[in-house]
Amino acid sequence: MKPENLLFAKTHEWVAVANEGGQKIATIGLSAFAVEALTDLVFIELPKVGRQVKAEESFCEVESVKAVSDVYAPVTGEVIAVNESLPDNLETLSSDPFGDGWIARIKVSDDSALANLMDHTAYQKQCEE
Amino acid sequence: MTTELAKTPLYDWHVAHGGRIVDFGGWAMPVQYTTIADEHAATRTAAGVFDISHMGRLQFFGPDADRFLDAVVTRRVTDIKPGQVRYALVCNEQGGILDDVLVYRLPMESSGSHAPAASTNEDDTPTFQVVTNALNRAAIVDWFRHRLPDFATRFDDVTIGTGMIAVQGPRAVSTIDSIVGGKLGGLRNYTSTSTHFEGRPILISRTGYTGEDGSEIICAARDTTALWERILQAGQETTIRPVGLGARDTLRLEAAMPLYGHELNETINPFQAGLGFAVNFGSREFVGREALERFASDERQPVRVGLQLDGRRLPRQGCSVLQGNETVGEVTSGTFSPTFERPIAMAYVRPSAQAVGSRLAVDIRGTQHPAVVVPLPFYERGKKILPQRHGEHRGEML
Repeated sequence: MKPENLLFAKTHEWVAVANEGGQKIATIGLSAFAVEALTDLVFIELPKVGRQVKAEESFCEVESVKAVSDVYAPVTGEVIAVNESLPDNLETLSSDPFGDGWIARIKVSDDSALANLMDHTAYQKQCEE
Repeated sequence: MTTELAKTPLYDWHVAHGGRIVDFGGWAMPVQYTTIADEHAATRTAAGVFDISHMGRLQFFGPDADRFLDAVVTRRVTDIKPGQVRYALVCNEQGGILDDVLVYRLPMESSGSHAPAASTNEDDTPTFQVVTNALNRAAIVDWFRHRLPDFATRFDDVTIGTGMIAVQGPRAVSTIDSIVGGKLGGLRNYTSTSTHFEGRPILISRTGYTGEDGSEIICAARDTTALWERILQAGQETTIRPVGLGARDTLRLEAAMPLYGHELNETINPFQAGLGFAVNFGSREFVGREALERFASDERQPVRVGLQLDGRRLPRQGCSVLQGNETVGEVTSGTFSPTFERPIAMAYVRPSAQAVGSRLAVDIRGTQHPAVVVPLPFYERGKKILPQRHGEHRGEML
């Protein structure tokens, strides 16, 4: 996915929302900037499939040598898939953050929180500050 | 309230070379330039160059310098020879650790870094130097100052006027020797000598904080960047790297070297910390002696142990250590060991949990992770083996 087509949260998650068979599905990952800032990733705790998450709730943890970081859900809904290959291939998060490094897919029940997200240009500005 | 961070002479260099700057004990220090894993590996396989100018440097003058230091550190220093360096502790009256320090009896020929113009007055030439943790420098200066009046000695805090660089790793000594004409290779561990870099005095010692061979070098503040760049240039045939505080921590942790604020603080005594070797009683008097004599044979106190965990979650300072359902201790440092590719930690645990092989658990953010007590250090130069896993013997792990 091209970062230009994604929405970004202040907390560095990216989200792509697609309409699949009448359902809104959000794919979520961490921005290249965030992964680069974390460096030395050692662990990811993926959410469980089937978990109901609320927008802006922490639903995943990424741990680096320096610190544990929360990943916040950008939308409200149900986790319908997680990237099972990530725990054993954490380098994917940095090698392809906007593609194979996706973290989870959520079936959206409430997308009102999307209004709080930034487009790529605005997000880049935040990162430069 | 924000206060301006202190900057070492290398601060501009760090910023210009991608160093990520963090606040460490009031100093603006690089935590890393590339990745911790990369800088760690460079130090284990070639050489790492560390800015340690933030550490406190105190120089002592006058005829009683040795007697004074003997009265405020846990290890006798009156008997050390010029050039010798001794690891020691500064304790309070209760035997709690105020700092761990290196005491240098300075080499004869010069005062090293400080190097005022040649003086005929003996009192103008420092005879001893103490290197403190950055975090504790102000407290130690204060502690020493209050105890000076009984002795014919004084000290200068030369931290700001000097710089300090560590070079560590299997290629460290040859790299430095190419600059100082082989003088480092002739030094035994824990000794120092004064020499020159581009005609300017420097003090080199065979010491370090990574588990590798190498040196720590003190020079004038204004010479620090030139010396730093020269070292990196001299090592360019190897994978020599500047290394930040991130890898300095993973390196010292693998080597089981205690860090003040983690394994050491005012409520910990040297015997708990496994630093009994740095306490000698003899017939001398020093601050904390009475309390330390009691602690020396106290087998009921928690002591520092090494833990090895499975999985990839990191035990961190403050995590509880459990034996069955009972909390028996607390983690003081933990990381993901780049050498062994597994989580390791140091912790203080009660006697029931101290034996090597004890099966314990560490509570990491609400989840219990199995841990086993392993011998310290985790990493030893030239052996590189270690942690035996649960029931399984591990040989070469690199």
